[in-house]
Amino acid sequence: MIKKIFFRVLFCFLSFTNFAQECNNILKGIVIDYHDGSPIYGATVYIESLHKYATSNFEGKFKIEKLCNGEINLTISHISCETKNVKINLEKDTFTELFLEHHIESLKEVSIVSAANVKSKTVQFTVLKGEVIDAFSNQNLGDVLKDIAGISSINTGNAIVKPVINGLHSSRIIVMANGVRLQDQEWGIEHAPNLDINTTEKITVIKGANSLEFGGDAIGGVIITEPSNIILKDSLYGKSILSGQSNGRGFSFHSSLSKSTKKGWYVNAKTTLKKIGDFKSPDYVLSNTGLNSKAFSLQTGLKKFESGFNVYYTFINNEIGILRASHLGNIEDLVNAINSPEPLITNDFSYDINSPKQDVTHQLVKVDYYKRLKKLGKLKVQYDFQNNHRFEYDIRVGNDRNKASLDLNLSSHAIRSSFEFDAKTDQKYKVGFMGAYQNNFANPNTGIKRLIPDYDKYDFGFFTIGNFILNDETTLDLGFRYDFNAINAKKFYSKSRWNERNYDVDFYDLIIEDFNTQWLVNPKFQFHNFSASAGISYQLNDENSVLFNYGLSNRAPNPSELFSDGLHHSAARIELGDLRLQQETSNRVAANYRFKSENTSILVEVFFNHIRNFMYLEPTGTEQTIRGAFPVWAHKKTNANLFGADFSLKQQIGNQFILKNTSSFIRGKDVENDQNLIDIPSAKTINSIGYYHEKWNGFSVILESEFVFRQNLFPDNNFETYIPTTDTNILVDISTTPNSYHLLNFNSDATFKLSEKTNLTVGLTVTNILNINYRENLNRLRFFADDLGRNYTLQLKFKY
Amino acid sequence: MITLKNKYTKTIKNLALVLFVATVFTACSDDDPEVVNEEELITTLTATLTPSGGGTEIILKSVDLDGDGPNAPVITVSANLTANTDYTGVLKIENETESPAEDITVEVLEEDEEHQFFFTPTNNVATVTYNDMDGNGNPIGVRFILTTTTAASGNLTITLRHEPVKTASGVNSGDITNAGGETDVQAVFPVTVQ
Repeated sequence: MIKKIFFRVLFCFLSFTNFAQECNNILKGIVIDYHDGSPIYGATVYIESLHKYATSNFEGKFKIEKLCNGEINLTISHISCETKNVKINLEKDTFTELFLEHHIESLKEVSIVSAANVKSKTVQFTVLKGEVIDAFSNQNLGDVLKDIAGISSINTGNAIVKPVINGLHSSRIIVMANGVRLQDQEWGIEHAPNLDINTTEKITVIKGANSLEFGGDAIGGVIITEPSNIILKDSLYGKSILSGQSNGRGFSFHSSLSKSTKKGWYVNAKTTLKKIGDFKSPDYVLSNTGLNSKAFSLQTGLKKFESGFNVYYTFINNEIGILRASHLGNIEDLVNAINSPEPLITNDFSYDINSPKQDVTHQLVKVDYYKRLKKLGKLKVQYDFQNNHRFEYDIRVGNDRNKASLDLNLSSHAIRSSFEFDAKTDQKYKVGFMGAYQNNFANPNTGIKRLIPDYDKYDFGFFTIGNFILNDETTLDLGFRYDFNAINAKKFYSKSRWNERNYDVDFYDLIIEDFNTQWLVNPKFQFHNFSASAGISYQLNDENSVLFNYGLSNRAPNPSELFSDGLHHSAARIELGDLRLQQETSNRVAANYRFKSENTSILVEVFFNHIRNFMYLEPTGTEQTIRGAFPVWAHKKTNANLFGADFSLKQQIGNQFILKNTSSFIRGKDVENDQNLIDIPSAKTINSIGYYHEKWNGFSVILESEFVFRQNLFPDNNFETYIPTTDTNILVDISTTPNSYHLLNFNSDATFKLSEKTNLTVGLTVTNILNINYRENLNRLRFFADDLGRNYTLQLKFKY
Repeated sequence: MITLKNKYTKTIKNLALVLFVATVFTACSDDDPEVVNEEELITTLTATLTPSGGGTEIILKSVDLDGDGPNAPVITVSANLTANTDYTGVLKIENETESPAEDITVEVLEEDEEHQFFFTPTNNVATVTYNDMDGNGNPIGVRFILTTTTAASGNLTITLRHEPVKTASGVNSGDITNAGGETDVQAVFPVTVQ
């Protein structure tokens, strides 16, 4: 895409003041590629005020004659370059060098991987853009991505939605928000990414660990979210989205306003408010599942060709209710809850959010700077600070009723810098490093033992990536990264737990103080991680292309995997970390086949991922306490194989109809114990038919069918327990997966022009049209309640 | 090359800055964390049974000093029950990790409408009736009458539920089946009536 050409006005004062001025100056020059210094052929050099043109020859040279003394404005444009304006003061015959940016595609949208600034063709990636994202304005990141083949979500209810890439989630996925790696306690399944989707104009999902620039531990993949591009002209623009939904009687309001100048200065502000009450399944209210969300972001900076900077601040606060009926006392309550066809507690609809609930505030500040160096490349430096403050409220009694049970404050600082050598058109290199410091503070005033201890964490990493265009058809990428992670924690262990885990034998030297029934211990762990990636893409002909890639990545255990220690009421389970865990190592190979013709595009993606020391959380038995018995879930390790295939098809029929299919299938196997892995997404196929009529105000209507198969491959973690009040031994079934389900969804929208610069898009979406009862395997509340019933969403979007 | 060199200098400077920042923060956070005072921890359930005609009290006790730790509660029953006897019962729940032990029964009684003890015998070792009422006239169970008949052996399970539905069928008379709510305490006492 070529950027629109903007003309600048010429002020040739002398020509106004002195008509007798002789205009015999000759301007000669050469147009050169900024990166490699090579001459550019066919560039247009234009003086608007005089309507004079010249075109550069094979040597990049041009000549314009009969110019007056004074300042002139040149507009230099080329088909594959960024248009540039240059002022020249002419007093005599002049020779000038004009530099053009010849790799326009890396500056602009098109390829989402431009976010990585390495235009890599050898990774498995998918891009979502503004319109698609806007439609999910009232929802979460996890919801938007679910339509991509191979992406699913793991939920706690409907407001806590975590993306799952090819079966992997949480610490195995890096979420990049405007160049910043989110550090928001992403380790927990009930910790959703703290990101307002409305701040995002483009989302790229990269499967696998082949984007080493972001980190070496993204065994699952990377989700890159980016704000809108800055338009380099004097303008003031914005948009507002108002959504109302029937289920939960919720509304969401988003508004953004941007101001930019042609000199490259820009500022924009965005805000989003959401309020949703109790959701409803087809048959009953899901009590205490409301959501209150407030988000704000401010961005300013200067974007020029040679240099620029960006200052970015975001604030998001989410208060999320957790299904009341999921808060349990012991195994007996769990059994009662599982066996009850309806949740044991259902109240009338309400907007109130009571315990159990979570209240999370995430703030992010980023400052970055870039500078292009002639014939060399681009330097980037960035600092970011994030603060994540998380409160979780359980049902408590007495004076503690309104006190949080968990109060964690995670602050993270990071500095990253990279240099991209892009002087040569057929090879690019990027090197970079990052250093990060993180501190977690668990407030002791909760009156409840810390689930995650206080810790300091240090990360240091560097990477180098190379892109090589071998010929017109073949691209090769290679990357290498090293990361050092150190964690220094101070944690209280009850002596009984310390001994039960046999830490008294292996870790006795970590003890620093005796607190009667507890030890204060000081675990210090260090991890060295090497990652590598290699990929090759080959264009067979105009329509067919293939790619193959390999990724080696290592992930150090997260604080939850190492240190978890305590009772999780929302799940009625005791969760235990393990100090002995080592980093897990993933070797992943993947291949893509892509067919693209005028009306048809097909993408087949396959992968195989072997993960050594794969860390997972699974029930290991029960423990008796004075509250009764509890299942114990322990973080364990094994060797795992994951493999799967994702399929996407888009078929245009005539001018008006589009058929789409995305399907995915994945298997996860614990090879050490020869059993299935827990929490592997079910096979899924989504089919849709869309009717589009551009002339009717861009009218579109889409009917979508989503079929989710039953997950038949699950590990058997059922256990027997004695229920004293009924004096029986019963089998607690926490393994059997829910039945397959089929949802029908509908969407329609049209855009109306209100004035020259204003338009209004009206959209109607209906999900679960047939209002069926279903439960999703990867929703942790599936034991207690059905999933959502029918929902109508009406959305009004103004663009101005 | 000069720019490259600058770049590296910059890198080194940045690195130094990170290390500096890190050192400063480490220095600050060197303080040891405070030990958590576990406020709602229940370690001990004691049921004191006094024979109505006088005699030795019988104490049923469940003690779990490590809370949700791995150690199972220690259950003791001080003596066998006598057949055909009414016992006046009183329950006490405490946090014995504090000194002196914190009596949590007080908190339960303050919020008596939200709490109820249930007594579930097996093998007909005894029957239990409530001997107290909350503000709504529903039972609490801190005070109760335990009645034995014939000689038998079995279990007596005492369960404290938080936020039970006291109005649900049978709950008023001590049937836990429809009570709902969450279990705060549950102890199973093996008892013998002779």
